[in-house]
This record gives sequence, C-alpha cells and structure tokens, in this order.
Amino acid sequence: MQINCKEILVPCLSSRPLCQPLFCLLLSLAFTPTMKAQENPYFVAYDHYLEEPGNLEIEYFSTFGTQRGGNDFHSYWMEFEYGATAWWTTELYLDGQTTFGDSTIFTGIRWENRLRPLKREHFINPILYIEYEHKNGADKILKEGEGHDVEADFLTPNSVARQEIINEIELKLILSSTFKSWNFTENTLAAKDLSNSPWEFGYALGVSRPLALKASARRCSLCAQNFVAGVEMYGGLGDRYHFGLHDTSHYLAPVVGWNLPSGWTLRISPGFGLNDNSHQFLLRWGVSREISGFGTMVEKLFRGRP
Amino acid sequence: MKILGTLTTFLGCSFILFMIQAQPPRAFASPQKTKEESAYSEIGKAPEKARSKRNPLEKDRDAVAAGQILFEQHCAECHGDNAVGGRKGPSLRATEIQNAEPGAIFWVLTNGVVRKGMPVWSKLPEPQRWQLVSFIKSLGATPTKTEPAPAGPSQPRSMDSSLPRR
Repeated sequence: MQINCKEILVPCLSSRPLCQPLFCLLLSLAFTPTMKAQENPYFVAYDHYLEEPGNLEIEYFSTFGTQRGGNDFHSYWMEFEYGATAWWTTELYLDGQTTFGDSTIFTGIRWENRLRPLKREHFINPILYIEYEHKNGADKILKEGEGHDVEADFLTPNSVARQEIINEIELKLILSSTFKSWNFTENTLAAKDLSNSPWEFGYALGVSRPLALKASARRCSLCAQNFVAGVEMYGGLGDRYHFGLHDTSHYLAPVVGWNLPSGWTLRISPGFGLNDNSHQFLLRWGVSREISGFGTMVEKLFRGRP
Repeated sequence: MKILGTLTTFLGCSFILFMIQAQPPRAFASPQKTKEESAYSEIGKAPEKARSKRNPLEKDRDAVAAGQILFEQHCAECHGDNAVGGRKGPSLRATEIQNAEPGAIFWVLTNGVVRKGMPVWSKLPEPQRWQLVSFIKSLGATPTKTEPAPAGPSQPRSMDSSLPRR
C-alpha cells in the first residue's frame, strides 16, 4: 500500500524534520504488507532458520513464574528481529518485569546476532550466535539457563537487584537438523560477564514438528499445517570452576506455535522445573508479526524514491 | 556508568543505522547483472541425485492450488505476485526454471541461494516444497527479454485464478 505522508501528517509535524519520517514509519507499519511466518514454536532454543532478508519481525513474549518464598513475577520482552541477509539475522530486545507486591521495572537491552556459516543445507546445520546484554540484576526473563542461576536468586527485591548492572557477552553454537519434517536442535551456551566473573555455561534442546505436512488447497487459519508442536529443555551447566549440574536449574516445556496466514504467530508454553533449584512452573506465551520488505520501506522513507 | 551509557547509545545507533544501510544483496535480483546467468546458475548446480528425484505429488490434483497459496505466502514478496520476477528474485517463468527438472527446483528450494539472498526453505515440510514445485512448473514459460520466443507460445497460468477462499 502506498502512503502519501504529506497528506496524512498533521501540519505541526512539518515543522519538525525528524518527526516526519518517524511518524510515517510508524504509520506505514500499520499498513505494510505482511508475510505468513513459518516460525518454530521455541521460546528458548534456536533452530537454524534465520529471518528472511529485508523482513522485520516484531515479537512480544511474556513469562509468568512462580516463586517459592517470595512473590510470583511476570517478565516480558519485546524483540525486533531483522533479516539483514540470508545468512545474518540481527535482533534487539527490550526487557522488563513485574514482581507482584513489589514493582514494575525495565531491566535492560540485548543485541543478538545469528550467522549462518554454511551456504547449503546439511544434516547438521551450525549457526553462530553472539549477543551483548546490558541489563540489571532484576532481569527475570529466563531466556536461557546459564551457570548456577537458581530460583533463590529471584528473591532479592527489585529496588536492590536493579542496582547491579550486568554487561554480558553470550556465545552460542546452534546445531540444528531437520529430518522427515522433525526439527532437532541443540544449543550450547557460554556467557561471560564483562566484569571479573568466570565463564558460565548452559544448554537448550528442542524438538518440534508441524501437525500436518501437506498444505491445504484452501486458505485456512485452523488447518493442522499452521500448527507446530514440540518440546524444549534447557538449563545451566555451571561455570568454569564448577562445571556440571550441581546448583543449577533445569526446565522442560512443551511448546505450541500457531502460524496464521495473516502474518501473526502465537506461541504458548507451560514450563516445569525439573529440580529443587528451578521455579516450579513457568507459563510463557508470545505473539509476533512479520513485516515483509521492511528494509525497502525504511530505505524509501530515508532516501526518497528514485 | 558514563562509558556504559555511551556504549549502549552507540549500539542503539549502530542498530538503527544498520537497519537503514543493510539491504539484501541485489546480485540475485539485479536485472542488469550478466542477465539471467547469475540468477539461474544455481539450478545447474543441483547434483544428479537431486535432479533425478521425481515429484511425489505429480498426480495430486490439489498440489498446484496448494502450491499457489504457499507461493503467495512465502515467495511472491521476492519473485513478484505473478512470479515474473521482483526487486529481489528472478522470474520463475523463465525457460531456465520451466525446463529444469522438478528435482532441481526442489533442491534449490531446500538449500536456498544463501550468498545471493534467497533463504533456505527446508523449514517448509517436504510435501509443501513439492507442492511449490508443482505450482512453479504449472506456470509455463514466458520468454525473458534476452531470449527468442518459443515456436509454440505457452499461455502463462494466471495468478488471479479463483481459489476457494474461506
């Protein structure tokens, strides 16, 4: 859809040069073409499929977690995932959380990059992952299990926990295979707080499959082909000095994703702690929308039409 | 703290600038690029084993209709609504595609042309990729600008054919 910004923009914006492209960008998002996403249902594990080049996926994820000996919490993050090329996807995260009976706070940002080193499909497909995190100690999104992170760490009140600033680099090796339409993925993680802390390790495993393999000859939202179901497991593996399962938390979570033809994807996942160090129950859900041709749209807005 | 703030701002600005600057590579799409040679060369790289694969849905009457829906959802953005080529992807009605073995098209779909901007489509289950192949092969050839018209003109399949809609 072509949008003539000059006809839509209110006159006051014309006097502010920066407002015009930004307002137009936001307006364009509402009308921009979408593309049916074919997303995996995972919340923590990654497979080897990257964002299509030029597309932007805007995602919101939410996690409700129980807390023994303290207040339950609700954490959430916004994710902007952009396909820079067919072999490089970059993402920006904004994280926050609400601890019931305490407060709601913004907890930090993450900048994530995933790179595909091999140009063709193989039985095992490696993806290199590098992420920079700038967050505070009150972060509760549980996007990965790492080191000796345990449930008791979340007992600290927000006002105290937020004082701790964490700058962390996280590296992952993602090994993913698709065999007979089943996806199997194995992620190993190494994270380093840029202060004087040891390397911490973690893992995530996932398996998933679409509920139907053939596409229907009719357009439909509730067809089995639009649903992907699976299970993921993740947890910490200690740190450089104490590697292993001692004092680590682990979770098992069934996952379901629903890819709507309109470009929206819905995901839900109840997660269960597997040992006494884990939260007993996590309920995650997420909604995302893929915007095709976002790169082209931004280019037109900022460079003008040829 | 000041250093951290500066670093955060730098990262944020880098991300925004990157979004503006980074565009998908156009080599795969550029119509000026040594013409179709570069765009279609990948199909010739399909190994013999892949080429010899037969389309298991060849006789499935719904395969073309299902493939058309899949094409509109996943491929039309780059290859154009009528598969005649778009800003990022070449025409799929070209003789290079229409004369290619179904197995070769399936191989390109599965592996993508990652270095030239086409993503890997193995995330679509195998039957859906074959449905896409059925649809692409049903389009019929349309001569590209650089090649002579075939003796018997083929009628391209219209993308506007009415599909059952819910």
